[in-house]
Amino acid sequence: MQQIAETHHTGLIGSQPVPPAAIDEAKKLRREPGFPTAWLITLPTAWLILFLVLPLLGIIVFSFWSSSGHGMEPALTLENYRAYFEAEGFFDPESDRFLTPSVFLRTLGSTLYFTLVVMALCLLVGYPIAYFLAMQVQSFKWQMALFLLAMVPFWTSYLIRAVAWLPMLGRRGLLNTFLINIGAIDKPTSLLLYSEFGYTMALVQLYVVLCVGPIFFSLAKIDKAILEAARDMGATSFQIFREIIGPLSLPGVAIGMIFIFVMIMGEFATAVVVYGGKTTTTGTVILNYYAIANYPFAAVNALMLMLAMMIGVIVILRVVNIRKEL
Amino acid sequence: MARWTPERRKKAWIKGGFSVYYVIFILFIYGPMIAMFVLSFQGRRGGTSFPMRGVSLHWWQKLIEPSTVGDLQGALLRSLVLALIVMVITALFSTMLAMAFRKRFTGSNVLFYTVMAGLMIPGILLSLGLASLLRQVGIPPAWYSSALGVHVVWTLPFGFLVMMAVFNRFDGRLEEAARDMGADEWTVFKEVTLPLITPGIVAAGLFGFTLSYDEFARTTLLAGEFNTLPLDINASMTQRIRPTLFALGTASTLFSLLMIGLFLVIYTLLMRRFR
Repeated sequence: MQQIAETHHTGLIGSQPVPPAAIDEAKKLRREPGFPTAWLITLPTAWLILFLVLPLLGIIVFSFWSSSGHGMEPALTLENYRAYFEAEGFFDPESDRFLTPSVFLRTLGSTLYFTLVVMALCLLVGYPIAYFLAMQVQSFKWQMALFLLAMVPFWTSYLIRAVAWLPMLGRRGLLNTFLINIGAIDKPTSLLLYSEFGYTMALVQLYVVLCVGPIFFSLAKIDKAILEAARDMGATSFQIFREIIGPLSLPGVAIGMIFIFVMIMGEFATAVVVYGGKTTTTGTVILNYYAIANYPFAAVNALMLMLAMMIGVIVILRVVNIRKEL
Repeated sequence: MARWTPERRKKAWIKGGFSVYYVIFILFIYGPMIAMFVLSFQGRRGGTSFPMRGVSLHWWQKLIEPSTVGDLQGALLRSLVLALIVMVITALFSTMLAMAFRKRFTGSNVLFYTVMAGLMIPGILLSLGLASLLRQVGIPPAWYSSALGVHVVWTLPFGFLVMMAVFNRFDGRLEEAARDMGADEWTVFKEVTLPLITPGIVAAGLFGFTLSYDEFARTTLLAGEFNTLPLDINASMTQRIRPTLFALGTASTLFSLLMIGLFLVIYTLLMRRFR
């Protein structure tokens, strides 16, 4: 009896022979195919920890340190945060700054506002391009060629592309000449260069390609048969867009918007080049405090920027559940 | 040919409208660059805006002369070397990571989001964080160490996404067959996997090279005592702007375009080999 119990076990259909122990052993020993995961991820992970995780942790830690003339000293102080949030006369009903947020918060707010405006404009300008490429261009070759043509600026220097706006926007720049020639204005306006208008336009031109790409990809994935079916059932073009194309392209829109959002929130170079440094973004504030060696305060500004960005990204992800849609 | 029904006519009109809009869009995207290109040939006495006062190579000559815009040749060389190193590391790391992600492993989610964070976190934050960290530890930043580090953090997600897409469409049975015939892992990789994913690796390399070559924000505080090209361009913005800057911008853009073209040619040739 003992013998049987060892070589047989009761299965669903009668008793089955027990597989020899050697096979089990061999199964365990047989490595999964491919290189061991540990080999593959160790180096990249170490690199990311060193150059991504540690710097970010550094910002968090340094924001609690105290600044001392030429650098910073280890401490656990909320002084930098107080200086960030508290504006003079905030609690003083007599002061004209009563209940006015600090200049740093207002800078963050205006950075955010500006970013949202540019995002909306990029979507407005970029969506039809992606739509045209994905839906209207029939041949694959042309589609790829026109798409690449629209995307190439992404691989060139955005600093140089910002510089290239200078001859366009100046008092004697191309735009002024153009506006005079078509009779819109009769003398050159200086409203273009170093103005909010010029800055906005430059940012849209610099970043719009970032949303054309993702929107194009999500539009190109749409099965044309669905659109055909909707049309056969009598849907108007507008209905097709509202009910099918729009919703299905949302993941691309969300990715593009997140991309532009994080880029422009941290923007500082274009502000200097096209706006002549006349505006302050949180990015320029951080650089300024770094330049005067107040690293903890730069860190607080950076941390608040990161916080605002995280909230923004979460809001966008709330609107569109990318992971579900992909 | 089919008859011009009102339906077809309407469609043609819509397509025409979109085409016109596309052309305007391309002009908007490339217009400033073209203006800069033309102005770099500005006459000797001309300024930084139109009209052109004659045509000359004056500003291009000034670009080549030493000591015009700081150490231009050196900056260009450093940017090139840096971009090449970033290209190699990006291609290597993104391939390794994408291969690791073909299997399930603990912490894969955390690793995925950490890689993607490189895409999301503005350069200025990484610059600030690493620069203050290095200052605290007492290591001076340099373009070949700290700047290289954050450049790879920035380019890796692009390369990684490309390689993930490549492996998504990869037929694992080919490797399986090679293994069944007794090939060891290295042979399988060298003889089967690598040739099939080479176009993807080239594309990942393109992202590594061009994004590093043009990167400014991440290098700002981390290049140390020697400038890379974008830093040099930014530095020359603080002086009086001359058409030399346009010549420099044009040269740099043409170089970028050349590199993109080169990568595209290599990519197409590699793809053709498999058909």
